[in-house]
Amino acid sequence: MALEKITMPQLGESVTEGTVSNWLVKVGEEVNKYDPIAEVLTDKVNAEVPSSFTGEIKELVVKEGETIAVGEVMCTIEVEEMNKKSTQQAIAEEEIPEIKNESNQESMKKRYSPAVLRLAQENDIDLEQITGSGKGGRITRKDVEKVIQNGGLPQMGHVSQPKSTITSALLNTSTNLKINEGDIEIPVTGIRKTIAQNMVRSKHEIPHAWMTIEVDVTELVSYRNKIKGDFQDKEGFKLTYFPFFVKAVSEALKKFPQVNSTWQNDKIIQRKDINLSIAVAVEDQLFVPVIKNADEKSIKGIAKDIHDLATKARNHSLSVKDLEGGTFTINNTGIFGSIHSMGIINHPQAAILQVESIVKRPVIINNMFAARDIVNLCLSLDHRILDGLVCGRFLAFIKERLENMNEDNINIY
Amino acid sequence: MPIMSYIQAITLALREEMLRDDKVFILGEDVGKKGGVFRATDGLYDEFGEYRVLDTPLAESAIAGVGIGAAMYGMRPVAEMQFADFILPAVNQIISEAAKTRYRSNNDWSVPITIRAPYGGGVHGALYHSQSVEAIFANQPGLKIVMPSGPYDAKGLLKAAIRDNDPVLFFEHKRAYRLLKEEVPDDDYVLPIGKADIKREGTDITVITYGLCVHFALQAAEKLAEEGISTHILDLRTVYPLDKESIIKAASKTGKVLLITEDNLEGSIIGEVAAIIAENCLFDLDAPIMRLAGPDVPAMPYAPTMEKYFMVNPDKCEKAMRELAEF
Repeated sequence: MALEKITMPQLGESVTEGTVSNWLVKVGEEVNKYDPIAEVLTDKVNAEVPSSFTGEIKELVVKEGETIAVGEVMCTIEVEEMNKKSTQQAIAEEEIPEIKNESNQESMKKRYSPAVLRLAQENDIDLEQITGSGKGGRITRKDVEKVIQNGGLPQMGHVSQPKSTITSALLNTSTNLKINEGDIEIPVTGIRKTIAQNMVRSKHEIPHAWMTIEVDVTELVSYRNKIKGDFQDKEGFKLTYFPFFVKAVSEALKKFPQVNSTWQNDKIIQRKDINLSIAVAVEDQLFVPVIKNADEKSIKGIAKDIHDLATKARNHSLSVKDLEGGTFTINNTGIFGSIHSMGIINHPQAAILQVESIVKRPVIINNMFAARDIVNLCLSLDHRILDGLVCGRFLAFIKERLENMNEDNINIY
Repeated sequence: MPIMSYIQAITLALREEMLRDDKVFILGEDVGKKGGVFRATDGLYDEFGEYRVLDTPLAESAIAGVGIGAAMYGMRPVAEMQFADFILPAVNQIISEAAKTRYRSNNDWSVPITIRAPYGGGVHGALYHSQSVEAIFANQPGLKIVMPSGPYDAKGLLKAAIRDNDPVLFFEHKRAYRLLKEEVPDDDYVLPIGKADIKREGTDITVITYGLCVHFALQAAEKLAEEGISTHILDLRTVYPLDKESIIKAASKTGKVLLITEDNLEGSIIGEVAAIIAENCLFDLDAPIMRLAGPDVPAMPYAPTMEKYFMVNPDKCEKAMRELAEF
């Protein structure tokens, strides 16, 4: 025996519910299939509902006068089990197993919709760095919108990747300047263009910060003045102040290797070699040849390198080898009489030091005025790598070295 | 505010317009004494008499033709086709005359007729009582086709159709007649023809549809909301001419669009909607435009299983909407 349900039939088009006005059977009554069991009222018709089964009425679910929706149960009826089960089985057997076509998790990763491409372009977003939430790893419009809403991608990562297209785009300012009579138009080519690109790139990518210290180099000046004549006679080239600064800086870099480093994607690389780039200006051109392993060289050795590199620069005979491998830059801005400047870091290094003019100034020592030789050292630093603390110590170390350079403890050779 | 079924809203709209303007009259098969086979004109014959609620012969071409003639003479006829399926004998009158008279007469004549017809399936009505016929008329400039999705819209739009100075085809879903009930104000309000309506605000996917399918989509959206899928639903209301601005706006909002009709897929209204979106929204689209419609089979079958296979229903809507959301 099995319990079956008789439901409210659809009594005409547009009819969605019916009211049982009269039950024609009682609980426990035996009915044959097609026997009328109830009178049903709709707003279109009055009709008798026939039984769908032969069996015994078990329960009248709906009371007389009650309205129910089409398909809802009116009453239950107990029938003899016969065909019902077998048809159900047949249906079950016919159910076709669903073929699961699990697509590759990442198969849609690089299929970009027009909306996604447009948003990425307009907001300068690298789609490679977004994880897609769509089917097969697809990046959806919402994924991109979320990134934009959160203020774009974190900037780490693609900073030190070559981005010549961006920098060259940045070089092209869109303003159309008016050319007046007598103005000269100079096409930007060659080295000028390279300089421009490097500067834009460095300034665009590196968050610069600056620090300046004052160094008293009176003793160094008197010492150098004392020996410069002899030195030139002996070595055949001038002894400038610059090698002393280079020496002090290379010693400082040995002590503070953090400064001798470079930003690389998600890591910072600290260089073992201390190769100091020095800026050499030749008319409209700027070269930054490199003093290799400056920490291993004497002041004379450094002076020799500087002399050679500057000569080569002036003769336009610098080789690629002379220019590559720099880990830190020292810029001798003092040559031009500058007393303060803010250098642009030589990408991808972490910092640049400007050595300004040595100027005689009145300073107070032991509550007395004294005429001293003072020099400013200006440091530009990559604030992603370096902070004020380490740079302060770095500069203090240099200051200490320079102020203690005197006849007694300098060894040029 | 009284709760009203879809058909009660239709009857009320007719009655209000007949009370307001004595040029409004009804003609059709069984609309008088019987009050219509669906009871849409119930009580109007008794209230307004045989000269304003006309029982006509079983001749759809004549119903449309007489209505067009009366309209050209300044009357406001509301012609009823007993079933949209039976409108075909009247197509020549509607397309050749009603749609074109204003244009042909250089604005001297107009045809302010409203032609009402119950359409749609899912009522066990089989071949001749289940069809959707809107696509037949949807490339005939001069015609307007209105297909309200619920009782409130039905009343406001039918009143607007009757007051419109040009022919309006007004298709009512016969399953909606007694299935859908909502609050309908008994005051005199009119809704604009030619304007789509946002039935639900959402951010993940956009569903654009009309008629009873709006109801299905709303049901599915309710379920999907529990899964965190947010659905934006635009009810076209007027399927010809289409409200392009609203379509573009709704499609651009989410970039993922599902179009639903219970008509046969090919050549249906939603094909034109898809074209509008493709022309205007390319750079906002985040997924291929998706369509859910009846199969390209000649007519709604009679057998319940077959009818179920043919008809759009909430489950099918839900499945398609989820698929689109996951894309």
